[in-house]
Amino acid sequence: MSDNILVVDDLHVSFSSSRGNIQAVRGVSVSIRLGESIGVVGESGSGKTVLSRGIMGLLTQNATRTGSVEFAGHDLSTLTRDELRTHWGTGMAMIFQDPMTSLNPVRRIGSQIMEGLTVRLGMSKEQAKSRAVELLERVRIPDPYAALRKYPAQLSGGMRQRVMIAIAVACTPELLFADEPTTALDVTVQAQVLELLDELRAESNMSMVLVTHDLGVVAGHTDRILVMYAGQVVEAAPTAELFANMKMPYTEALLKSIPRMDLPSGQKIPVIAGRLPDPTQPEPGCAFAPRCQYATDKCRTEQPPLVDMGNGHQYRCFFPIGGGR
Amino acid sequence: MAGTGKAHMRQDGDKVLEVNDLVMNYKAGRRTVVSAVAGVSFDVLRGETLAIVGESGCGKSTLGKAILQLPRPTSGSVRLGGDELTSLDDSALRAVRPRMQMIFQDPISSLDPRLQVRNIVDEPLKVWGRGDDAEREKKVNELLTAVGLDPAVVRDRRPWEFSGGQCQRISIARSIALDPELLICDEPVSALDVSIQAQILNLLQDMKDRFGLTMIFISHDLSVVKQVSTRVLVMYLGKVCEVAPPDALYANPAHHYAKALIGSVPVPDPRRGRAKATIEGEPPSPMNPPSGCRFRTRCPAATDLCAQQEPELREVAAGHFVACHHPNPR
Repeated sequence: MSDNILVVDDLHVSFSSSRGNIQAVRGVSVSIRLGESIGVVGESGSGKTVLSRGIMGLLTQNATRTGSVEFAGHDLSTLTRDELRTHWGTGMAMIFQDPMTSLNPVRRIGSQIMEGLTVRLGMSKEQAKSRAVELLERVRIPDPYAALRKYPAQLSGGMRQRVMIAIAVACTPELLFADEPTTALDVTVQAQVLELLDELRAESNMSMVLVTHDLGVVAGHTDRILVMYAGQVVEAAPTAELFANMKMPYTEALLKSIPRMDLPSGQKIPVIAGRLPDPTQPEPGCAFAPRCQYATDKCRTEQPPLVDMGNGHQYRCFFPIGGGR
Repeated sequence: MAGTGKAHMRQDGDKVLEVNDLVMNYKAGRRTVVSAVAGVSFDVLRGETLAIVGESGCGKSTLGKAILQLPRPTSGSVRLGGDELTSLDDSALRAVRPRMQMIFQDPISSLDPRLQVRNIVDEPLKVWGRGDDAEREKKVNELLTAVGLDPAVVRDRRPWEFSGGQCQRISIARSIALDPELLICDEPVSALDVSIQAQILNLLQDMKDRFGLTMIFISHDLSVVKQVSTRVLVMYLGKVCEVAPPDALYANPAHHYAKALIGSVPVPDPRRGRAKATIEGEPPSPMNPPSGCRFRTRCPAATDLCAQQEPELREVAAGHFVACHHPNPR
């Protein structure tokens, strides 16, 4: 389809390590439309960060990637790293998880924002500077001229994350990956940053992939949600449909483990017992079976196929909540 | 807010901790002083969990450390049981230390990477001479079991072999080893995933019931403290805004800052809409705090009065106190 900005088909990413072959992403297919906002949700180790890095081609040397990634009509899986670079910044950009360590500590904010503008868009230094000021104003940094001269250490965490956003959107990318953009921030600042991302998206019809472990964060800011577990998409649905009609026991467990402010105090939070499976030895059956309260012998021995409900809602479970279709 | 006043202090009850007019100033440069905690008073009764909530930089961690005299506060009083900690000399203070323990935010860096788990949990017992080798070993195994770890599996491993959630379990085992009267948890779950966060919150509840702990739970996230606390104290820029039982606070936040904090928590329900950014910007610098109410520069209800006069804590409902000239109507 021509209105898809990104089509990923059967993406696998694995890492060779001393512990064996770590299968971080195991066959993910996803397409993203222009202007669409997608949430990727899962626990640490579910493969959500590796998925976005794998799509962008930002993987370490010991990684092996198979499957196809088509971005704006270009097949990225065949490109060399140098060819891939031409898409970074202008085509795809990423806001990294940790605003404390993702900025270069010994370079001023201004030069870090202007780098992409001069290198990618070929702007002169003056042009890049005035655009950098615009960007800092846009992400609501007070006194942008003074901020250009500052070093990252002189800014608070929230301000640094705004700078990261300014750098990521500097070359007006068509697709923005935001990897846990608010995890290190206070709730008040988190709300401000998420609102800012929504505004930027609406302005330029940018597509966004919002990666997070918190279903609360994606609920109000995405059109569609992918739930990942052990390197696979275990449930995918339009946001409203997912919350109204959850099929996968894992999604439900993840939702229930969020502390609720509308329940009386002193109550226990339902938890998901156990841990993610060993990524070097995938389960023969459903990856979630060892932690699932509904699991049967079938779940432990057979891989559940991806069931498509026809309304954009897919899940991987033999015994979905509320029955199958 | 933020204001002064002691209307919320209780007359009777079995007080484990009583803090009066605590001030913590740091020098920053030759003339400037950072006023991190500016006259905070509160008390904690036996078996209570007091949550201290506020944004980064509000002084909540400084307050937690000042209670432990790490470092000693600039002025004010901290009474643990019958002992005035601020007037104890170093050796007397050291003797009191086993009675109060702390759990830190970053579970991995707060454990010595070179020590085996059994030595980490054993260290306080060994330092304080609690039992011979065999007794201590038994105690360490009990503690590890209590926090949901299998001693046989984890005893000889080192912190880097564990996930963040497991490291936090080890921290908890270490902190309760000496049966403290008071446990201060500084953002114990903010570095963890929601699923692991729920496990640790439940574990802290269990430990509290099982060992009769009195806790102070410091967090920036109001949704996290609801389950575990019996009283919530909201701080802003070194001052107390509001003190209330959790259910009353969440149902009827009286202070505009508390209301904004509650409104900022993302709700996992798309029909309820998104969490709105209810306040703009970030707190002003504690080197140069606003006059009067410290929250007035970001407050939607601020008037001239707020710039001139600092509001005092007053009772708006039974057990619900607010320091605001124009509190939210109930």
